[in-house]
Amino acid sequence: MLKCRIIQTPINKQLMSKTINKLLMPGTAILIILFMVLAGCASDKSRSSGDEFGLDTNEISADLMDDISSAKQIFYSLPSPLETAMLIKTAGAAYNEDLLNPVENVDNYTTNRSRALNLGIYTTDLSFASLFDQTQTSIKYMNAAKSMADGLGILDAIDNSTIERLEENINNRDMIMDIISETFMNSSSFLTENDRPALASMVLVGGWVEGLYIATNLVGNQPIDDNKLVERIVDQKLSFDIVLKLLDDNKDNEDVANLLTEINEIKITFDKITIKTGKIEAVTDENTNVTVLKSESKINITPEIFQELSEKVKVLRSNFIS
Amino acid sequence: MKKVFQFSLVLAVLASVPVLLHAQCKGFAKNICKVELEPYIHDGNYHAAILTVGEEAELYKTFYSDTEYRIAICGSDALPNIEFRIIDSERNVIYTNRSNNYARIWDFKLESSQQLKLAIKVPADEGAAGEPASGCVAIMFGFKEK
Repeated sequence: MLKCRIIQTPINKQLMSKTINKLLMPGTAILIILFMVLAGCASDKSRSSGDEFGLDTNEISADLMDDISSAKQIFYSLPSPLETAMLIKTAGAAYNEDLLNPVENVDNYTTNRSRALNLGIYTTDLSFASLFDQTQTSIKYMNAAKSMADGLGILDAIDNSTIERLEENINNRDMIMDIISETFMNSSSFLTENDRPALASMVLVGGWVEGLYIATNLVGNQPIDDNKLVERIVDQKLSFDIVLKLLDDNKDNEDVANLLTEINEIKITFDKITIKTGKIEAVTDENTNVTVLKSESKINITPEIFQELSEKVKVLRSNFIS
Repeated sequence: MKKVFQFSLVLAVLASVPVLLHAQCKGFAKNICKVELEPYIHDGNYHAAILTVGEEAELYKTFYSDTEYRIAICGSDALPNIEFRIIDSERNVIYTNRSNNYARIWDFKLESSQQLKLAIKVPADEGAAGEPASGCVAIMFGFKEK
């Protein structure tokens, strides 16, 4: 259901009263109010009543619902390229540069869709190379990501000083990760703040699919039992729900609608994978103040299903980079 | 002609207000909230919005096993303390900062990967008079590299 909301702030109220009282005829004032109401409706796509996890908000404890207004901002968060690369590395994977999207392809991307998807893809490749200390490759992929961001008109997300900082700190892993996270945040915040959430969602999905592509290829023909990387891939079933929600929220954009259709191909395969998780018990270490969420989970995937998933991801990713 | 110009000018100003406010949110997230993540590494995702007292937001994210995370949820000075709760897929509230003096950060790790919901609200300030305050709320995630 479409909900409308005008953001009530001291700034816009002051503006409204000044302009309406001093500058305009009453008829014009009505037009402006209508304009604002319509603008509020049109830009409010991400607001909806929460019914996720099969959760009816009425079923959450009454305490949680205290003082909650009906207007709600909903965010869907996918693993960022940096987190994706970290998950692959910590699963014990090896580096393989052949899996990255060649930087020579940058000139092929001339549409908003291809640039957005490949901004995500190149940022994941950049993160992957950086975490494995591939310095020259990191610089090449930062330039490729810059090319995509520039093509999308994302101002100053990645500029020449970013590349210089990367070069100057090429042996400082923490600084490199900070630069990558900052550039990614600059891109996504620019798109979000300039009313281009469809492009922002495609950047995220491009990066997520690239991570899945790299991970499935790194598993290759290894046995899938007790394979940490396979467990990470199976975990993506949980994020896949969020991918679908994110795209669904932006499906009035034709590119996103098409992408949703394409990505639904792998839903059929993810549906064959099962993850059963037990009850979570939260235990906080008083010394470190870190809470451990204790729970058991059991996954079920066969080599055939894994192969099917790998093939579908390969096709999807090939469509993205071609 | 003058009226048309004034009308266009006002429309342009009004249309730019949300953009300017969001731009403030980016600066707030980057300069104020991101600092709260240290020494964790910011994942690079951007989640921020203008919220008014009494409003709420929700965020859905999968957190992965064997990774140490920090969540930082910050509200700008105009807002009262932000309340947040972490809810699992069985609708259990597994953490609330209300019982932790409205802490802005929460550090945790998981034994198995989970999709969690963050429920955030700007509590109503019973004693406040006049217009309800609005301000930026940023939600940021950090992790530790093993």
